[in-house]
Amino acid sequence: MSTETHARPNFVYIFLALFVLTMIEVFCVNFPWGKKYIILALIFLAVMKAALVAMFYMHLRYEKILLTVIALAPLIFSVVLVFMIGYDLGLPW
Amino acid sequence: MSQSAVSNHDYGRLGIESRKLGMWVFLASEVMFFTGLIGAYIVLRQAQPDWPDPSTVLNIPLTALNTFILICSSATLVKGFYSAKDGDTEGMQVGLFLTVLLGALFLSIQAYEYQELLHEGFTPSVSIFGSCFFTLTGFHGCHVLVGVICMFVVFIKSMRGKYNPQENRGIEIAGLYWHFVDLVWIILFTILYLI
Repeated sequence: MSTETHARPNFVYIFLALFVLTMIEVFCVNFPWGKKYIILALIFLAVMKAALVAMFYMHLRYEKILLTVIALAPLIFSVVLVFMIGYDLGLPW
Repeated sequence: MSQSAVSNHDYGRLGIESRKLGMWVFLASEVMFFTGLIGAYIVLRQAQPDWPDPSTVLNIPLTALNTFILICSSATLVKGFYSAKDGDTEGMQVGLFLTVLLGALFLSIQAYEYQELLHEGFTPSVSIFGSCFFTLTGFHGCHVLVGVICMFVVFIKSMRGKYNPQENRGIEIAGLYWHFVDLVWIILFTILYLI
């Protein structure tokens, strides 16, 4: 959401995209693929949905880049944290 | 202080309105909070070879419905916000009211889900999966509750005529928080229920 200086995206399409992606997620669990591929597909779909919400509903796409940096910075630290803890525990990744 | 001075102070040197910047910094701390919890969940799950299949314990169709409800609430909020910008008072009030209603419905379904799980003996102390599940969904539920209260206050303000095409920042700021709660649930639904 921002002060409008741009064309409004069609929020019905965003809503429909989120709905369809959720349905695909639910059915994707039963696909006859290997578990690793299903997990990758599910993570990809979840990231797609999260990106749609952040870019269009929260209007990050139309905001200054600084806000995107503020939003993503802690995510990078968290990923590093998880991998370092996993490494410390000797987890297989 | 002149109007222009007030306006310059609101936007600051970064060119971002101060209330919006404040909300984004707060949301950044929330990102850290939830990714910390999710990170702990991933590490614990990786360390536990006999992790149960979530679909054998949890009600996936019911939670998929709940996810849909939260996605709908984000859409109704956007509708309310743009109605406020367009000067459509009725559309704004209906959009905000539906957002509160859908948020409350989400919490009710989550409470029902908790009741069913506890009745079946799936408690926070039954396993590490139980602890993780109730911690993650519980903290998210608390955030939804705060969001519903905030959106209710925004709705009451809209009924009192506080928002118009020129002044609708309150809806925008509360909306950022609400969409963030929706975004977190999208990730939690995948990680906790489907994987």
